Order: sequence, then structure tokens, then C-alpha cells
Amino acid sequence: MLQKIYDWVDERVDITPLWRDIADHEVPEHVNPAHNFSAFVYCFGGLTFFVTVIQILSGMFLTMYYVPDIENAWRSVYYLQTQVAHGQIVRGMHHWGASVVIVMLFLHTLRVFFQGAYKKPRELNWIVGVLIFFIMLGLGLTGYLLPWDNKAYFATVVTLEIAEGIPYIGEMTKTLLAGHPEIVGAQTLTRFFAIHVFFLPAALFALMAVHFILIRKQGISGPM
Amino acid sequence: MSEKKQQVSRRQFLNYTLTGVGGFMAAGMLAPMVRFAIDPVLQPAAQGNYQAVAQLDEITNEPQRFDWTMDQVDGWYESTVTKSAWVYRNDNDEIIALSPVCKHLGCFVSWAGSEDYPDQFFCPCHDGRYFKDGENVPGTPPAAPLDEYEFKTEEGTLYLGKAKPKGGVI
Repeated sequence: MLQKIYDWVDERVDITPLWRDIADHEVPEHVNPAHNFSAFVYCFGGLTFFVTVIQILSGMFLTMYYVPDIENAWRSVYYLQTQVAHGQIVRGMHHWGASVVIVMLFLHTLRVFFQGAYKKPRELNWIVGVLIFFIMLGLGLTGYLLPWDNKAYFATVVTLEIAEGIPYIGEMTKTLLAGHPEIVGAQTLTRFFAIHVFFLPAALFALMAVHFILIRKQGISGPM
Repeated sequence: MSEKKQQVSRRQFLNYTLTGVGGFMAAGMLAPMVRFAIDPVLQPAAQGNYQAVAQLDEITNEPQRFDWTMDQVDGWYESTVTKSAWVYRNDNDEIIALSPVCKHLGCFVSWAGSEDYPDQFFCPCHDGRYFKDGENVPGTPPAAPLDEYEFKTEEGTLYLGKAKPKGGVI
């Protein structure tokens, strides 16, 4: 049945080359953990991606209940945690995944660094990777405020104080982030929410696309 | 090892295993999220509590609108909402409490809402009309009579419960 549907579509729009380009590629022996177990270090990039997918999915589902408003944000989080079936699991995935993704990203970075895989011709991909790392940190920072509890609030107060410490443009940066020169409140929360669910993910997708296209184009670096 | 005995090729075996493991992981990931999303559908239906609406001696033969307020819990948001009913005594001195929600597309109907039809319920959205007993006027948009509230009377007070479809002719 599935095969028939696939054939029907393929006959008309020739989709086989499309996914062949994506899925069909040689995995060199030195990155295959089945061949040499120490090659598991090559998994961290893929694991980062896997956890990112979990973050995107669980985040999408969380917004079904979450409200980015100072009156309701905490209450909606409390409600989905305590009243909605599997709410603890879905928020738990997003909460813990946020830390795991940073850890995986870091391990991936360490592997690339210590193997010297960032060297010519792959410098550009290293730069893109570092940008992805900053985007991820930004996602963690903005997401931290969203439950609107005491920890979230004061973490953001501290963040904004740090931003204010930038010479010359500090005060402007703080106002830009918080949406108000003095208050950390309603406008801060909506801003952080917008940045967390629209702006940063959009940048993340673009950078990930570049990251993957480059690695496919340049291939995995050779054995040490 | 002869070729004939090999019922499942190496390629097939790997395909099945990878699809199985991948499917299991995807299912494990998605199951809580899907259950989370469909939770509202699986909630038990809310119990309709009877609310005091009017004193019996206020009710006349002419439909009157009675409003009452009730506490509503909507997820994390609690509020007081106003409900309405059109209540009158019919010719047999029975109390009729009609829901004001039009059976066409859910607007609110009013008794004598149109000057042209002073003895009918009228819906301003698409000119739907109902007779005094709640039956929809044939040829107007509604396809069913107005819902009727369950009610009980205690010590001279009218209590209304849930509005139930009357299930008349279509």
C-alpha cells in the first residue's frame, strides 16, 4: 500500500533523487562505532540535532497551554504541570532537554576542536557552529524567564544588569531587551517569548541548514 | 548456507530493525506530547449544577429574559460569567425555560427581537425565528427548536440546570 502510494507520487514528480541526495552517502570507516568503538565521539553532533528536534516538538506542544502574560504565565505553567495529562513529562522534556542540548553541543565542539576538524577547509563550518552555540545559549536564556516564577524573574534581572554593564550602549541594550528602561515585567515577558519561539528558532533553522549543507559538501574530516 | 534458506535478506533485516527501533523511539517521544495535546477531549463532561434564576411569581405568560451569574473555571482562568434564559408559563401553566442560543450558528435570540414579529423569538444574525414554544419557524435558517433548560422549583424559586436539545423535527 505504502509502496504503491510512493510509486504513484514518484512516477509523477520523481522524488527518489531528492531523498537519495539526503540519505544516500558513505559513512567512512573511522566514524563508525561498530568498527571501532571510540568512534562514538562522532555521535555528539547527531545527538545535538536529536535533542533539538525534541526541544522543537515539546516546545510546540507546550505553547498549547502556555500564555506569555504576567498575570497568567505562571498559572498556565502550573496548570499544565498539575492538571494536564503528561504535562510534567512534556515540560520535563523541554526543561531537561534544554540542558542536555548544551552538554551535547559542548561535547561536539570538544571533539571537533581536539581532532582539529575545524581546520581548512572547514573553518566556515566552525564559525557557523559557534553561532549555533550562541543561538542555543540565547534560547536557554530567553526560555528561562517564561515560567515567570521567582527564579526566572531574578535570573532575568541579573541578565539585564549584566547587559547594562556593556560600555556606552549598556542602558540601550537593557531597554531593548526588557522593553522598558526600569521595569522587568509585561513587556519583558512578551519580548522574551517572541525571541524564544520565533526569532531565535528561525535563526537556528537557517544556521543548521548551512551547517548540514557544508558538512555534506565538504565531507567528514579524515581519520587522525 | 544455501541461498534458499535465507528468507530474510541482510538488507531487509537491517531495514526492519532500524524502522522498528526508529519507530519505537519516535513513538516514545510523541506519545506523551500527543496525550498532552488531546487532554481536553478526554476530560469528563462537566456536571451541570442547578442555579437559582428567578422567583416563581416573577414568571408571566410573556417570555422574560432572566440573567444569572456563575463561576466558571477555564483552565487556569477563573471568572464569573453571565447566563441567560427566556422563561414563561405556557397555556397549561407549565414553566418553559428556553436557551437564548440560536440553533443556526449560535447567536443570541430575543423575544420580539424584530418589530415585524412581535410574538416570536428573533435572531439578528441571519433573521432566524422561533415560535413561542421554541419551535423553529420553517423557512428560516435554524434547523432545530431552541434548547430547553432542565429546571426544578424549590420554595418559590426557579433553578435551572443544563440546556438540553429538544430534538424536534428538522
